[in-house]
Amino acid sequence: MADMGEGGGGGHDKKGKKKGKKGSPRVDMTPMVDLGFLLITFFMLTTTMSKPQSMELNMPDKTQDDQQQPVKASQSMTIILGKDDKVFWFMGTPAEAKAEDRIVETDFSSQGIRKSILEKTRELGGDEKGVPRIVIVIKAMDEAKYKNMVDILDEMHITNSKRYAIVDILPEEVELTKKFDSNI
Amino acid sequence: MPKVKVKRKGVALDMTAMCDVAFLLLTFFILTTKFKPNEAVVVDTPTSISTTKLPETDIILISVGKDGKVFFGVDGQFTRVDVLERIGKQKGLQFSDKQKVAFSLMDGFGVPLAQLSSFLNMEGPDRAKVEQPGIPVDSVQNELQDWLINTRYANPKVRIAIKGDRGADYKVMKRVIATLQDQNINRFNLVTGLEAKPQIAAVAE
Repeated sequence: MADMGEGGGGGHDKKGKKKGKKGSPRVDMTPMVDLGFLLITFFMLTTTMSKPQSMELNMPDKTQDDQQQPVKASQSMTIILGKDDKVFWFMGTPAEAKAEDRIVETDFSSQGIRKSILEKTRELGGDEKGVPRIVIVIKAMDEAKYKNMVDILDEMHITNSKRYAIVDILPEEVELTKKFDSNI
Repeated sequence: MPKVKVKRKGVALDMTAMCDVAFLLLTFFILTTKFKPNEAVVVDTPTSISTTKLPETDIILISVGKDGKVFFGVDGQFTRVDVLERIGKQKGLQFSDKQKVAFSLMDGFGVPLAQLSSFLNMEGPDRAKVEQPGIPVDSVQNELQDWLINTRYANPKVRIAIKGDRGADYKVMKRVIATLQDQNINRFNLVTGLEAKPQIAAVAE
């Protein structure tokens, strides 16, 4: 197989010595191709073609107080992320929500929290510039998983909610979710 | 019949073109390849609809494992050595050249500073086997903060990405994010997998 035969078979004349210079030598390329494809396979399998995706997160500046503007309680929607992928939400302040028992338990499905966000966004409408008035406050309990946080940030993108913030949870808000624990 | 004679003749294929193609592809793959870094911790990232790409260079990657262990990694071998020298100076630790080389070759690590020296002294294969305890991030001893400060001095252009496991507790993430915020880092990236964007129209009806 790996012989270097001479092209054209030009060495068969009667003059005795073969004339090696004539014609182009034909090299058998098969092993080289084999090697080439072997290496291709290796590089294809070890390479990581796709770069990981990422999500940009902006947190409010702690050092600058002037960035914090008071939000009307009626326009704020608080979303609490609990353990076992549970989501709770209420409008207004925790005290009001407790008094009027308005806290709602829901989930991450499209008919769950997303529907609620969209409904409330539509209910509150936009301001003069057309920006939705709703302000979403995300509070995650310590038992919540990181996945829940990414999911809820995703919902913010899906529902096109621009005004949202991730805030540390208050003890009274943890209390609010307790009543759902006993039902199970 | 002439047919029978032709049948037995060996066919010599010209492989030159095929060889060209093979090596062209090989060159392409060699040039574009970037080996999978052997990660200090296996992280199963959550998926999101976000399609922003993660920058490839000048990046600090903070990985949070499923069990809440925090790992730290920065790209660039020179940056790594610089970071190690800076943190050594700050904490009064001495690192030998051999340890610096070992550190510059690590993609990520999760050992407290007290154990770092002995961790770096290990041989490569042994080091891979060691169960790393993670970098302390609690309020009493926040070494992640020290690593971040020194890395940002070593490479001011650096951006920060957090790669959290989907099962990691929010409690740990909160600590990590608070650590970043303490240094006035308010923009960072969360590494996620890709997920199809759901149709919102159906829901909005």
